[in-house]
Amino acid sequence: MVSARTIAETVTDPELPMVTLADLGVLRSVDETLDSVVVTITPTYSGCPAMDAMRADLSAALHNAGYSDVDVRTVLSPAWTTDWITPAGRSKLAAAGIAPPGPAPRPGPIPLTLTVPARRVPCPLCGSADTELLSEFSATACKSLRRCRSCSEPFEHVKEI
Amino acid sequence: MSFDNAYEALTEENDTRWAFGTGFADPLAGMDTSVPSHVDAAALAELCLRIGDDALIMSHRLQDWVTAAPELEDEVALANIGLDLLGQARLLLARAAKADPSVVPSVPQSDEDALAFFRDAAEFRNVRLVELGGGDFAFAMARLLVFATWRLALLQDLTAAEDPVLAAIAVKGVKELTYHRDYAARWVVRLGDGTEYSHERMQAGLDAVWPYVDELFADCPDLRGTFDAVIAEVSTVSTLRVPAGYGLQPPRTHTEHLEPILAEMQSVAREHPDATW
Repeated sequence: MVSARTIAETVTDPELPMVTLADLGVLRSVDETLDSVVVTITPTYSGCPAMDAMRADLSAALHNAGYSDVDVRTVLSPAWTTDWITPAGRSKLAAAGIAPPGPAPRPGPIPLTLTVPARRVPCPLCGSADTELLSEFSATACKSLRRCRSCSEPFEHVKEI
Repeated sequence: MSFDNAYEALTEENDTRWAFGTGFADPLAGMDTSVPSHVDAAALAELCLRIGDDALIMSHRLQDWVTAAPELEDEVALANIGLDLLGQARLLLARAAKADPSVVPSVPQSDEDALAFFRDAAEFRNVRLVELGGGDFAFAMARLLVFATWRLALLQDLTAAEDPVLAAIAVKGVKELTYHRDYAARWVVRLGDGTEYSHERMQAGLDAVWPYVDELFADCPDLRGTFDAVIAEVSTVSTLRVPAGYGLQPPRTHTEHLEPILAEMQSVAREHPDATW
């Protein structure tokens, strides 16, 4: 029988199907005992509407692999950070046209940022470094919207948290 | 369960998650929600209800702007901010219910649904700032700036809460509110330091919001300094005048704006308590 961890690590994100939950760092642990499996996941954002789909997908994958007693639990702490996205996950995002995040802000006092921070986010389509922010909010909570000044294409960027 | 588009998800058989929230899993599913012995469970529930209700009602007010904001990007931004707050509301209402089950109305719905859909206006604990209806985009940005600046300070403080569940919710919320505050502050600067006309409208928005500021700090006076420093920074850059300090005081009551929000939000759940589609 394939290990529960191996199965859980194949489950992809419902909204970013090019990456797995493990790639995103959303899959926190898989504990297998003789007769049961406990999987823990953490939300990216408080309002992430994909959590229920993630639970269902993990349960279904494990049931299909022969695990009958599966419990998917939520954990909030430590809070998810984009720093947990694996190098493989970053490559897959970029290959799908979504710019991966840079380093997350350090914990501590939070400065007000009245001008758009100059981030170096290369265009995932043409590679140009000349890109601009259109909005820090996009089609899902975890992404911002940018545009490439070289190839003119808009693209999404997983924003740092 | 992955779909090529959102419409496919809506038509999946036996999927009950799409009618006013029925069928959603408890957002605290599988977490240790026992209250530490040195924490007053009733006070914890009260606090979670207060800041959960603030998030729930503010989320609804932000959703008013979907299809009405100046640009599509802003509709998306305001919907995203509303979604973050709705997520915080779900976690906080669920936390309140686990801490003190006596706060939950006796209906068959899940705790968070019972609290959101089966309490009347007088039982909501939110501040008046979040209820206010109407107003232009400048008013909306002034309110969001005030709300996000206050809530960011509040949640930063609560990251040290003695209840580990509340502390964890606060840590997540802080990350989200950082983006909300910057978004609102940049709009306030853009309009305040824009044309003479936009400046005038932005100042009117800030003036309209200001009477509701003092109430925010009735329970957390220590956070006022942090709040004032951020507002002062924005006011300098935006060339706006911070209105004179006066405001509504407790006891907390609601404005006439809360009941219409609840009527809209609760009508389906109350009329068809078992509805799914």
